[in-house]
Formats: sequence, structure tokens, C-alpha cells
Amino acid sequence: MSDNDQQLRVSKIQNGTVIDHIAGGQALNVLAILGIDGTSGDSVSVAMNMPSDRLGHKDVVKVEGRELSQDEVDVLSLIAPAATINIIRDYDVVEKRRVERPSVVEGVLECPNHNCITTEAEPVDSRFAVGDDGVRCEYCDTIIRDDLPAHILAE
Amino acid sequence: MRHDHIISAKQLSRGDIETVLDHAADIAADPGAFADRHSDTLLGLLFFEPSTRTKMSFTTAMKRLGGDIVDMGSVESSSVKKGESLADTVRVVEGYTDALVLRHPMEGSAKMASEFVDVPLVNAGDGAGQHPTQTLLDLYTIRENAGFEDLTIGIMGDLKYGRTVHSLAHALTTVDARQHFISPESLQLPRSVRYDLHEAGAGIREHTDLDEILPDLDVLYVTRIQAERFPDESEYREVAGQYQIDADTLDAAKDDLTVMHPLPRVDEIAHDVDETTHAQYFQQAHNGVPVRMALLDLMLGGDQ
Ligand SMILES: [Zn+2]
Repeated sequence: MSDNDQQLRVSKIQNGTVIDHIAGGQALNVLAILGIDGTSGDSVSVAMNMPSDRLGHKDVVKVEGRELSQDEVDVLSLIAPAATINIIRDYDVVEKRRVERPSVVEGVLECPNHNCITTEAEPVDSRFAVGDDGVRCEYCDTIIRDDLPAHILAE
Repeated sequence: MRHDHIISAKQLSRGDIETVLDHAADIAADPGAFADRHSDTLLGLLFFEPSTRTKMSFTTAMKRLGGDIVDMGSVESSSVKKGESLADTVRVVEGYTDALVLRHPMEGSAKMASEFVDVPLVNAGDGAGQHPTQTLLDLYTIRENAGFEDLTIGIMGDLKYGRTVHSLAHALTTVDARQHFISPESLQLPRSVRYDLHEAGAGIREHTDLDEILPDLDVLYVTRIQAERFPDESEYREVAGQYQIDADTLDAAKDDLTVMHPLPRVDEIAHDVDETTHAQYFQQAHNGVPVRMALLDLMLGGDQ
């Protein structure tokens, strides 16, 4: 079966965003990175660990009624570098986007250094510079190389 | 100088460094000429952890430029104790003063604070992070004694937690020094610093034994190894002795080796070293005043 057939297992959406080719098991981290926790009223469908020619297993996330911005999409690259983004209007794909690694991500990850000022009750978002093999806190210089999802900020 | 805020030694170019050090040398040569330079200036000192020496050094520098200081006092007696954020504190105090000096126990605090104020802010130490004015006075001392050309320096002690070491290593890379790091394996340079030095193309070597490299050094920069860094006392005893020097140790060194230390020292440099021509650590501490005068003067527009 092709990826397209598999996609049918998740119902089509009228307007919104389909994020495809997320590495298997990362869908919930994708939602966390996008700040989608179900409280905003967005209708969200998640399909996990579907067979994929390209990835072996993949996750798919569909967000009804919301078009992700390029900034949001770029942040996804940290955990889903192979993702493809389809913007849907009236059941049609009107735009396909690729994820690109941003140079900086703000307010997405929590600094693992407990002595970093961004972990305090200060009016400042965390800010990480994105490098080739990790991200680095712009305040305290701590580098995160592995297990980025573990550092996603809880909403 | 291009920078309003002095947050990290990393932001200083070779040109910036030379500008500050040249200006410091001018001031040291004739301090009286600068005595009324900033008679209308108030410097705000925000020390969220005690550091008597650094605070006195900034106070002296500002007063020698004709200005004055306002001091937040101890954290225990201030509104910080009541839970005010650092961002709020600096925004309030910036309204009273022309420039701010911040010492804070958390890493990244100076960078964050600088984003909330328009007056120039100097980082006087943020946790285990950066301490750029210490680095500038270290560089001044190194340049006076050994020069930057063809410089080989050894930095010994606690390289993992010592913020003075991290700042200095960045700056020494900027002036193209050959750097040797001497420490127990458990106290080697942290990953982020190593990464930066590598990226900047620094020539660094790491050693566990001073003897390997001592005869090659023009400068030996000693820092303290703290007992509390070790899981148990016996482990500390085992390594600490290897990183102590005395006058006999220095027999193997070049005659014109310069020995430095950010102070306070405990027992890592024996007192018999003080009497040798190698000892420059007290002069190094004194150099803090002209260097901080130079930095403040440049930040406050003294070069115009
Ligand atoms: Zn941090």
C-alpha cells in the first residue's frame, strides 16, 4: 500500500494542516511543539506508527481549522526533519511546505540547566540557537544534543 | 566600542580588547588626568551575591573617574527578598543611574537583564557563566608582562566550574595564544567551552600534569580547586596536592614566567612564590581599577 492509501485511514479535513512523514512515535511531541493541547478547540487527528515506504513507520497529524505558519513549521524540523506540510482549503491541498531548520527557536524548549535564568519566574522566553548537531541556550550556553523532545516546554 | 552592554568575553573582538587595554594603560600612566571625567555619572551596583572585591573595584573605578555609585545593598534587605523579578529590579534602578553593574548567581542573568534596560550594563559575573571584566584585567596583566605575540599560557585548576577560566579562554583565542589546560580529568573544560574554542580554531592542549608543560610557559594562570566539587574528601586530597605550586616547583620554569591567580587563593600557590619575580597576582588585582575605569569611560562615551 502506498502512503496515500494509508493517509485515508485518517479522515479528510476541510480546512487546516496535514503534517505527514513525522518519524514514528513523535506525533505527540509535534503537538507539544505546536502548543496544541486540545484546550483551544482545534479538532486534531493523530495517526501513529503507520507503515511508510520512506520512514518504515510514520505518524500523521491533522489540525482542522488552522494553517500553521512557516515559523511553526520550521520549529518542527527539530524533531521531524522529514515532515511534509500540506495546507488544506476546501478539501484540496493548496500548498505544500517543507520544514527547514530555523536559526533560533524561542519558547519551545526548556533549558536543562537549572541554574539558567530562563528557568526562573522572569518575563523571558527560552531561546536556543539551532546548530548542525544540537541546540544551544542563548542565555547560559548549555548545549542539548540528544533527546530534544524531553526538553519541550510544558504548556 | 561597538557594544553598549558588556556581557561576555566572547563578544569582544581583538580590536575591542586592544582599545580597552590601551585606554587602561593611558589611565594607569596618569590617573589624575581622568579624575573629573564623569563627575555627573551615577553607577548602579546590583550585587545579588556577595563579592566584596569586585564591588570595591567597580566603586573605586567610578569614584576615580569623578562619579559616584548607588548600591542596592544586600539581597536580604532589598525587595528582591520579597520576590521581585530581576527584570523588574533592573528596570527600576536604570531610572536612577547612568550605567549598571550586575552580579547574579544564575547563568544568563546579565544577558537577560540587558534586554530590559537602555543604559549600559556590565556583567560582573553570572553564576558559572561569564565574568568579562575579570578577563580584561587578566589580559591587561598578561600583555604588560608577557605580551600577546607568540604567547604560551597554561591555565591550571578547576577548569570546569571556573567562569574566569571560560571567559579568559575565549579571549585568549581571540588574541591567538597557545593555550594549555592543566586539571584533574573530572574538572576539565565543559563541553560548551570546548566546542566554542574548537569552532574558533583555538590551539589548545589538555594535561593532567603541570610538569609536562611548565618549561614552555610564558604565563601560568592558577585557579582554586574547591573541595566541595568532589564527592568525597579523600578524592579531593588525592588530586589537590598535584595542582599546588611553590617556589621549588617554579625552578623548572622560564626565568620570566608570569604567575597569575584571580584571587582569593587558599593553598594552591605557596607564600614563598610571593617573593619571586614570577608573582603578579596582586598587581593583577590592582589592575582591575584602571581596566574598569577604561571600560566605564569607553561605555559612557569618554572616547569622544
Ligand atoms: Zn540556559
